[in-house]
Amino acid sequence: MLSKRIIPCLDVRDGRLTKGVKFTGNVDIGDPVETARRYYNEGADEIVFYDITASAEGRGIFLDVVEKVAEAIAIPFCVGGGLGSVADMRAVLLAGAEKVSVNSAAVKNPALISRGAEAFGSQAVVVGMDVQRVTACPSIPSGYEIVIHGGRTPTGLDALAWAGRCEELGAGELCVNSIDADGTKEGYDLPLTRAIRETVGIPVIASGGAGSPEHLVEAVTTGGASAALIASIVHYGEYTIPRIKEYMHRRGCKVRLAW
Amino acid sequence: MIAILNYDSGNQTSVSRALSSLGLENRITDDPAVILGAHGIIFPGVGAAGQAMGHLGARGLDRVLRQAVERGVPLLGICLGCQILLEHSEEGDTPTLGLVRGRTQRFNAALRDEEGETIAIPHMGWNSLEQTRQSRLFEGIDPGAEFYFVHSYYVVPEPSLVLGMTRHGLDFCSAFGRDGLWAVQFHAEKSGRPGLRLLHNFAAYCKEIGNAQ
Repeated sequence: MLSKRIIPCLDVRDGRLTKGVKFTGNVDIGDPVETARRYYNEGADEIVFYDITASAEGRGIFLDVVEKVAEAIAIPFCVGGGLGSVADMRAVLLAGAEKVSVNSAAVKNPALISRGAEAFGSQAVVVGMDVQRVTACPSIPSGYEIVIHGGRTPTGLDALAWAGRCEELGAGELCVNSIDADGTKEGYDLPLTRAIRETVGIPVIASGGAGSPEHLVEAVTTGGASAALIASIVHYGEYTIPRIKEYMHRRGCKVRLAW
Repeated sequence: MIAILNYDSGNQTSVSRALSSLGLENRITDDPAVILGAHGIIFPGVGAAGQAMGHLGARGLDRVLRQAVERGVPLLGICLGCQILLEHSEEGDTPTLGLVRGRTQRFNAALRDEEGETIAIPHMGWNSLEQTRQSRLFEGIDPGAEFYFVHSYYVVPEPSLVLGMTRHGLDFCSAFGRDGLWAVQFHAEKSGRPGLRLLHNFAAYCKEIGNAQ
């Protein structure tokens, strides 16, 4: 049986690791390559990097980080942030990533998903979706709206409809990030995760809100997620990945305990 | 030297990095002379069966693989490279290499896991390999060790060649072969220590065979 994946998420700006709360106020917390190596050795099942760099110069530094990470770890990793074309995707895959994650660019240009899937296979294309709770209305019946540009811009798209569309277009996985829960440490948005899980047949990754190991248990049971993204709870040493996994194991979740 | 078959199929660089991290000399190549002269061949692959067969055919690598197997050059297929060693793939109804008897078929989306949830397809993530038969490939690897999988199709080789099984809605073959001709469904190059150990075991076999000749 598949193990539930624990995926540390690293935000990288200008080649350094940062972590923000509700998409604002990023602080420098270290070297991404060393951190990736540490999480690999501690039993991370996969790692995600988001490049939140704006400048062209910073992009070059980031590709260099991706190459160094590929040499440092023997587990899959995914790269997202600012990928707007098949050429952008190819650059990070050639640098050594297994997967790319597209978000705002896919909302603006959904063909990016299908072109990426045709070029590299569905397994390589993760669609990241930032979701905000809104009052349900005819165009957003689920009450979950897709927002872009790091949560600043509402799109009028219903999150469930968009999830189904992404699957049709060839996405291999969906990373569902709750803007409301992100950075709160109060737990993942479980109804949202579950609703997406019921809508699509591809794996769903829960994101945003992890504050304790119990939250991860909830994400993969109540939420039905295949994997859970974590950031601050491990970045600041509050919990370690082995401790989280042991807890999940005790609570009856299948996790990878030997590595 | 281990040759990594180059046919524009994605994970070849990861395989090369994994071998290099083990201190194993390797080359990503589509040169028939280099491939046939290597101590062993790794046949990687991600993507669709039809497209892969097209790339292989265009470079004449289908014939090179056949020759390699005839000459007894050790071969390890990984993921798509594992699937297309067999005779036929349901993916695009594609005739494949037929170096081993068997076929590749798609996971049925109606299958359910142990918790009663419908299985996610692709089968993506870490899952246990139950070693159903002893193999040099598994030396030093714990029974039930987990490996990283990404695939929507699974292999059904000739039963006598099955070496290991994995469960995802059903029990499917995740490793098969005999000494010198092996295939694994999972990405050994991305499976942490157990995966690196498997690659090490393959390379050790290649070296032994090379020294004996």
